[in-house]
Amino acid sequence: MNTPNELKYATTHEWVRLESDGTATLGITDFAQHELGDVVYLELPDEGRALIADEPFGTVESVKAVSDLVAPLNGEVVKVNTELVDAPEAINTDPYGCWMVVVKLDNPAEADALMSAEQYVAFTEEG
Amino acid sequence: MKRTSLYQNHVAAGARIVPFAGWEMPVQCGSILDEVRAVRQSAGIFDVSHMGQVRVLGAGSLSAVQRLFTNNAAALTPGRAQYSLMCQPDGGILDDLIVYRWDDGAAEPDYLIVVNASNRETDYAWMVEHSCGEDCTLADLSDDFALLAVQGPQAVGIVQGLAPAADLAGIPAFSHAAATLIDGTPVHVARTGYTGEDGFEIFCAWDAAPAVWDSVVAAGAAPCGLGARDVLRIEACYPLYGHEINTSTVPYQAGLGWVVKPKKGDFIGRDAMLAARAAGLPRLRGLLPDDPRAIPREGAPVRHPDGDGTVTSGTFSPTLNRAIAMGYLPASAEGEATLPMRGREYAARIVDLPFYKRGS
Repeated sequence: MNTPNELKYATTHEWVRLESDGTATLGITDFAQHELGDVVYLELPDEGRALIADEPFGTVESVKAVSDLVAPLNGEVVKVNTELVDAPEAINTDPYGCWMVVVKLDNPAEADALMSAEQYVAFTEEG
Repeated sequence: MKRTSLYQNHVAAGARIVPFAGWEMPVQCGSILDEVRAVRQSAGIFDVSHMGQVRVLGAGSLSAVQRLFTNNAAALTPGRAQYSLMCQPDGGILDDLIVYRWDDGAAEPDYLIVVNASNRETDYAWMVEHSCGEDCTLADLSDDFALLAVQGPQAVGIVQGLAPAADLAGIPAFSHAAATLIDGTPVHVARTGYTGEDGFEIFCAWDAAPAVWDSVVAAGAAPCGLGARDVLRIEACYPLYGHEINTSTVPYQAGLGWVVKPKKGDFIGRDAMLAARAAGLPRLRGLLPDDPRAIPREGAPVRHPDGDGTVTSGTFSPTLNRAIAMGYLPASAEGEATLPMRGREYAARIVDLPFYKRGS
């Protein structure tokens, strides 16, 4: 399983890349895409939508499973990867290249509560 | 939780194992969609050893089989097989199954019945109970037989290559024959399947299956799991027990009138299912959502001006490259239906089954 060190991770298997301008880029982890299997459908929020931590902001579906995308942080969606919605199968081959949304964070310090790569690997190994 | 004799083969292939009907079975070896493509374009192999096998022996075998199942087993000559249904007195479906005429042409025919894994105990008990007036013996041989399905356009060539002395390629559809593989393993090869492709189902002794599996994989078949099997059968619109068919559906609703033979004489459920047919019950239809990625999932409601219905199975079809589903709708429903899913409403076209037919 690939778990880049420079990213932060949520217990709901989203990755978060914190940018210096107070925004964060979100996607789902390699572990998540592997658990889901072949991704065939992705539904993302519109630009301008508020993200509320721990609440669903979209849906990712594989052949066998439907899964919510859960917001790891509070903020506002400022950019949406609409190309990924048209070809969501790319998530299976490049989960960290497949960003989903860019969020302007209400409070970037909230990200301190997210897991490091090391913590996330331990979390997934606990089952 | 039970394991088939192929459990280690699945683990070695890196399969993800899930519980299914009391068995630890492989759901996928890699990508479900790649496995489906392998079966449609070349060949795949499935472990279906969890399915049940019941042998019916004795002078009253035909009479018992005729009473228990809806299809006409009197039409089965030696070496032939037929798809059939076992129903309750009210016409509700207890299981779908394949009846193999198993003798070589004896004066008293006998049969092998292959049933769903999820129903094997209840099916066997039902068969015993409802054949008690007949001069026949039933034996549950599920633990003796392993069953491997090799399916796809290259499946026949692959299996033929493993038994060059036998004319397996000459076995017609829904027929079967005994054969010996190159390594001496005795098998029974049936030209049946559940994928919509040509291919064989190979019966062998429980402990012989791992070597047979390895030979078929070495000859080019992709190891496949139950996930791909489900997508393939939905594309081909084969009903799955517990989804399209159950004790509250009668055969005619599910498009299975072709395996009900009322003229053969009485059988369990006959009169009730004929009455239900006349009453015009909801029937199984195909649904194609306008949004090709919006997969209708089992249990989802279907809205139509003629009355509402329910999705019984839905998936993403790699063969059609779109979402497909089956569901029950009022018999008169045509045109467009509405699928409320994920807080939105999706339009879907109502179509006839199947979505996929070999050679089309």
